[in-house]
Amino acid sequence: MAQVKLNNVVKNYGNVKVVHGADLLIDDSEFIVLVGPSGCGKSTILRMIAGLETISGGEIVIGDQVVNRVSPKDRNVAMVFQNYALYPHMTVRENMAFGLKMAKEPRDIIEKKVNQAAATLELGPYLDRKPAALSGGQRQRVAMGRAIVRQPDVFLFDEPLSNLDAQLRTQMRMELKKLHLQFKTTTIYVTHDQIEAMTLADRIVILKDGYIQQVGSPIEVFERPANVFVAQFIGNPPMNIIKGKCTRVNGAMTLVAGDLSLQLPEDKYQDIAEGKSVLIGIRPDGIKVRDVEHRIREEWRKEATVNVAEILGGQSLLELNISNNRFIAEVEGRMKLHPGDKVTVGFELDRVVLFDPETTEAIA
Amino acid sequence: MKSKVNIKTVSYYATLGILVIFFLMPAYMAVVTALKQPGDITLPTSWDLPATLNWASFSEAFAMLRPNLVNSFILTICATAGSTILGSLNGYVFSKWKFKGSEIIFTLFLFGMFIPYQVILIPLFQTLRAMNLYGGLPGLILAHIVYGLPITSLIFRNFYAQIPDSLIESARLDGAGFFSVYLKLVFPLSIPGFVVTSLWQFTQIWNEFLWAITLTRHSENPITVGLANLAGGQAVSWNLPMAGSIMAALPVLCIYIFLGRYFIRGLLAGSVKE
Ligand SMILES: Nc1ncnc2c1ncn2[C@@H]1O[C@H](COP(=O)(O)OP(=O)(O)OP(=O)(O)O)[C@@H](O)[C@H]1O
Ligand SMILES: [Mg+2]
Repeated sequence: MAQVKLNNVVKNYGNVKVVHGADLLIDDSEFIVLVGPSGCGKSTILRMIAGLETISGGEIVIGDQVVNRVSPKDRNVAMVFQNYALYPHMTVRENMAFGLKMAKEPRDIIEKKVNQAAATLELGPYLDRKPAALSGGQRQRVAMGRAIVRQPDVFLFDEPLSNLDAQLRTQMRMELKKLHLQFKTTTIYVTHDQIEAMTLADRIVILKDGYIQQVGSPIEVFERPANVFVAQFIGNPPMNIIKGKCTRVNGAMTLVAGDLSLQLPEDKYQDIAEGKSVLIGIRPDGIKVRDVEHRIREEWRKEATVNVAEILGGQSLLELNISNNRFIAEVEGRMKLHPGDKVTVGFELDRVVLFDPETTEAIA
Repeated sequence: MKSKVNIKTVSYYATLGILVIFFLMPAYMAVVTALKQPGDITLPTSWDLPATLNWASFSEAFAMLRPNLVNSFILTICATAGSTILGSLNGYVFSKWKFKGSEIIFTLFLFGMFIPYQVILIPLFQTLRAMNLYGGLPGLILAHIVYGLPITSLIFRNFYAQIPDSLIESARLDGAGFFSVYLKLVFPLSIPGFVVTSLWQFTQIWNEFLWAITLTRHSENPITVGLANLAGGQAVSWNLPMAGSIMAALPVLCIYIFLGRYFIRGLLAGSVKE
């Protein structure tokens, strides 16, 4: 187990810069998830940590060793690839034993470790099969087993579950979580899947175009996104962002957007310059439609017209028109509403996030 | 389905039939001549079937060509093994361990494929003489190994392009270095590649004549040269060279009969996605 440190890590392909000075400190036994749009450099960062890609600038430290010039085999990291990369001519047992054999471990120890890992992953019955004779989920497990048996300092995962169907993915996700609780190995995990990121991560790293946008716990990046990009990338449906202004009404700091005016909570955003333009960010689940009288302060209740109502099993999505602003609201339960219906909604304004319209950064 | 016999099909088959006869003519001539008594071989009767079968031509020819056959086997097996193994290593480097400039070097390598045997004959002769390898089998073996490298490297490079990079990367993370990745992973996965390449090399080297006659002294002559000597003297008994050439063709023929399907499969490998 080990800490992983990225100090101003840069990656160029010729003249093209794909990672721009990434700084990141990953604690021992932490589970870090890298997310971001396609092509933002997630795999590149992972592969630089693994040693499969050279580092163009800065340094990567694993444990207390700078590994820039250390070959992959000497970094003691294990990686699980999206296509599993199982050795096709070897049985499951040989696949899992390969790393240990390379490390010249004694035979009986290899045998013991492989059997242990196979038991953990319920691979016992398949040990003598070749990968071609396994299902996708079983192959996934073998890939995982191959990583576990070596007891590496760091696990690297590059979209390991993306080739599985939805059901299996949920199941494997939970097993991954259990494995991490059991082995406590430092883990760096790349995914496209928001739910995987939210459920697995101790901290999430959001990347865009090779720049780290924000690093924080799932709740932090959800509730206090550092900029508009994060606000809209994390969360589904994304955060509502509308243009507005800050003004004082009867001495109280108030957000105004068209005909909508909302008094800011007393402990937030009180020192913004009067008349400043802002982008107002409100999560879809921060707009309440049920039990509004009990849950929301009176100043934050507004009248709304339903444009569209969608029922998604356990919750409903509403597109609302509130004083000529369009909002998406995510409400629990099945709301039988129709276009044109009038409802009273309540804003959880203590969760509002304001962004600077020029820089799109969150305002402190 | 009703079978349609019309002018078109008839003319197809007629053309094919004529071509088959045309292509098989030399083979027919070789077999009938080999089986005739030396006295029965005359120009006017050369197309006739033998009156009596003279199987002794084969044993006689074999006795005369035996040293050449042995030389050919040594030459072909050593040179095929050498060029195939080195080609496989080259292909491995050119596809999986690319380095700065490796594409350019590979392209230069490929030029070698387009150089005909004759063009490098004299420099080759001089080089081997300078290396003190002129006249013997080792020199010829070396020449064939080097000359074979471009094509074997190309076949293996394309073959290894099918092995996903992540397999190699996975093995590297599992602690394997350059040679252990090759020995434990790439080599076991490349048996079909070895079959294709060695078939190709075996045929080329077994059948090669020009270098063989120029670069080896009499006692080291391979079969192609031995055969030419058999046919080259005055007052030739034509049954002997014919029997000899049938024997000389046998190894290559057998290999294709038994391994040919691998050859076709190997050449097609990768052209369709699994
Ligand atoms: N060998 C290469 N040469 C040039 N550019 C490359 C090379 N490999 C990757 N890139 C570029 O680097 C950028 C980052 O690629 P990377 O694979 O890290 O993206 P990613 O975040 O993993 O995307 P995805 O989610 O689609 O897997 C991309 O814009 C890609 O085009
Ligand atoms: Mg990727």
